[in-house]
Amino acid sequence: MLEKLIFGNLTLSAIPFDSGIIMGAGLFMAIFFFGVLGYITYEKKWSYVWHDWVTSVDHKKIGIMYLMLATVMLLRGFSDAILMRSQQALAAGTSTGYLPPSHYDQIFSAHGVIMIFFVAMPFMFALLNMVVPLQIGARDVAYPYLNSLSFWLTFVGAMLCNASLVIGDFAGTGWLAYPPLSGLYYSPGVGVDYFIWSLQIAGVGTLLASINFIVTIVKMRCKGMTLMKMPVFVWSVLCSMILVALAFPVLTVTLALLALDRMLGMHFFTDFAGGNVMMYVNLIWIWGHPEVYILILPAFGVFSEVVATFSQKKLFGYTTMVYAMAIITVLSFIVWLHHFFTMGAGADVNAFFGIATMVIAIPTGVKVFNWLFTMYKGRIILATPMLWVTAFFTTFAIGGMTGVMLAVPPVDFQMHNSLFLVAHFHNVIIGGVLFGYFAGVIYWFPKVFGFRLDETWGKWAFAFWVTGFYIAFMPLYILGLSGFMRRVNHYANTMYQPYLIVAAIGTAIIFMGIVTQLIQLYVSIKNRDALRDKTGDMWNGRTLEWTVSSPAPIYNFAILPTVCELDPFWAAKEAGRHTCLPDGAERHYQPIHLPKNTPAGFIIALFTGILGFSLVWQMWIPGVVSFVVIIATIIVKSFNTHTDYYLDAETVKQTELAHMREAV
Amino acid sequence: MEAERVLEVHHQHETDAADVFGFWLYILTDCILFGSLFATFIVLNAPGAPGAMLKNYMDLKDVMLETFLLLASNFTFCLAALNLNKNKLLNVQVWLMATFMLGASFIAMELKEFRYLASVGFRWDISGQASSFFTLVGTHGLHVSIGLCWILFTIFQLSFLKITHITKRRMTYLGLFWNFLDIVWIFVFTIVYLVGAI
Repeated sequence: MLEKLIFGNLTLSAIPFDSGIIMGAGLFMAIFFFGVLGYITYEKKWSYVWHDWVTSVDHKKIGIMYLMLATVMLLRGFSDAILMRSQQALAAGTSTGYLPPSHYDQIFSAHGVIMIFFVAMPFMFALLNMVVPLQIGARDVAYPYLNSLSFWLTFVGAMLCNASLVIGDFAGTGWLAYPPLSGLYYSPGVGVDYFIWSLQIAGVGTLLASINFIVTIVKMRCKGMTLMKMPVFVWSVLCSMILVALAFPVLTVTLALLALDRMLGMHFFTDFAGGNVMMYVNLIWIWGHPEVYILILPAFGVFSEVVATFSQKKLFGYTTMVYAMAIITVLSFIVWLHHFFTMGAGADVNAFFGIATMVIAIPTGVKVFNWLFTMYKGRIILATPMLWVTAFFTTFAIGGMTGVMLAVPPVDFQMHNSLFLVAHFHNVIIGGVLFGYFAGVIYWFPKVFGFRLDETWGKWAFAFWVTGFYIAFMPLYILGLSGFMRRVNHYANTMYQPYLIVAAIGTAIIFMGIVTQLIQLYVSIKNRDALRDKTGDMWNGRTLEWTVSSPAPIYNFAILPTVCELDPFWAAKEAGRHTCLPDGAERHYQPIHLPKNTPAGFIIALFTGILGFSLVWQMWIPGVVSFVVIIATIIVKSFNTHTDYYLDAETVKQTELAHMREAV
Repeated sequence: MEAERVLEVHHQHETDAADVFGFWLYILTDCILFGSLFATFIVLNAPGAPGAMLKNYMDLKDVMLETFLLLASNFTFCLAALNLNKNKLLNVQVWLMATFMLGASFIAMELKEFRYLASVGFRWDISGQASSFFTLVGTHGLHVSIGLCWILFTIFQLSFLKITHITKRRMTYLGLFWNFLDIVWIFVFTIVYLVGAI
């Protein structure tokens, strides 16, 4: 009885010792994990890791940790992609390939979940944390401690998802876990529970982060920065975070209802007793469609910043840019039904959602033309961030056009659930979101780390990625049009095989792109002195983040800037000044109010992870214990009223002087 | 030191306004959470839904009493907030205690209703409409229970931290939360019970 309460359904047989691939991957993860721990111990860096990183509430450091999480999970998600592509390249006709169907199902589900939740989302929050406070002239986000909690919740969600690889299994239901397949009857294992609780935990982290950034942007802009003088990136973040705040509660409810169905025998999404399967599909897409705009809007923001900087010209049509994003924000909530035109809602409903979907192409088109007009007659510098932008233009335009094709209900009836769809959304997510985030990371890398990334290796990475992308995904359009369905682990008709082999080759080229990026990172760290950004203004930038040193000091701005126009730093440089400070303010340093580090976010998230794991395996005693620890941590934290400190004026002065000496 | 003190007061004033704005945003997300649950409830209670009907077991008089208890608790909370602004610590704690008692009676009545429903066979696992009823009303009840723990904790903590700008800000959060739950209950009362009784 006690054993049941402690271990729940967890037994040693949950670990699939007989599957070579899983054990190999698990072993690799274990070696990597313990290798890192061992290295930290060997270098005696535990104090540094704990005080400077784990407990840190500095938005720049949290941004770096988000970036590391996204990178590691990208490798995991991409290895799933390699498995899928190689399986499909092999499993034609009489060959069955090397992955059994049950394992293949888990792989494509995990690939989708990981790439969206644990790569794209952390990547986005990495950029937000690195840039937003600096661009609006603030010293931190509104709730630094909440920011740390958000990160660690996302981290723990990702780790729970990773644990499913070795302990038990992951959902084999597709990345959105449609019932009735995800119900207890058809998925009796723990896979769907892992899906539910890892997303639930990461989702709460994301929701808290969105509140944090909305408050930061609305309440903490520096003097003179009215809404229409905010950098476009900040606007894109505001729109995206409003979408998170509106959409993520729906995800929380949907997953909670699915969990209630599975744990308490309720009938929300069952096939009988009055349950409604299509209600799940509606609810999940009411979250899911805004989710893709949550990801793409900050990428649009990055493009706007990068295009203006590297064309050395003011962004064309700032106002229309802002309105376009606002319109996309609103429209993204009235198109969710295009994900399931075949539900049978009738011609009128399908026509409404089809037209609403096509209408989104208009504001998006406005943006694309604005970027092109920005480049027109600009002095374009083809540095790596700008290269990614040029690749984005064509790739995203193709993806957008196939999207408009799928928005026509009769066409969708033919092509839904085929590889055409798979090609479409990879076309917009890789070509739009991922290329945008790459551009953003390279662009702002010097601001956070103090040195820029190596350009030569960056250009190679760009070449591999873009070539690989087209070779990997263009065949999928053809396959989809010829009737090849998605999520297939074996096919009888060998006519399809050549296309899938080409796609697999494309994946290999993308893999070389990723390897090149890792080499680029290594080379850049090695040559960091040569690549050092001494002035703090690496790219001849336009906005406030380039007025401070690189890496930005802990307090960001020694004296908070005052802004009178858009692109204030550019205007100041035009006027022959090199700061955005009020006249004569430079010498009067004052003590700066900063938040103290706290381990509370890490502790709460860690025990939330244990709670999630306990819920998956129905281990009641560990579950209750971790819940009590979470509450106790919150209570203890609430008694600590000394949460901040003052950095004295002398330290600020010395830091600023050191930067000025280096810059001259 | 004087400069630092002035800075601190200024800083507190600014951050308090921002912090409360953040809590408003949290309330907004909670609104959407309840909105989704209401939508689910309405879908699963569409005419022709299979299973036993709630209206056969519902006692509107009890629900009316629950409503009054919750609304009264809101009034007592406002009295606590008024005393907070007058810096009368003991009065704040007394009115918070009254709020707690009223809220706890509400929860007790709700639990009694749930137990009665289960005893006559209207359990959450019999049908979609029963599931949606227990989930929607239960989520509100869970929120109220969390609010009750928070009130008890606030009474306890106020004895230690006294009335400062930090505890005042926390009371503002609590007030927003508690008022919000009242508003949600009005919708529960209307959509679940009044419409359900027709």
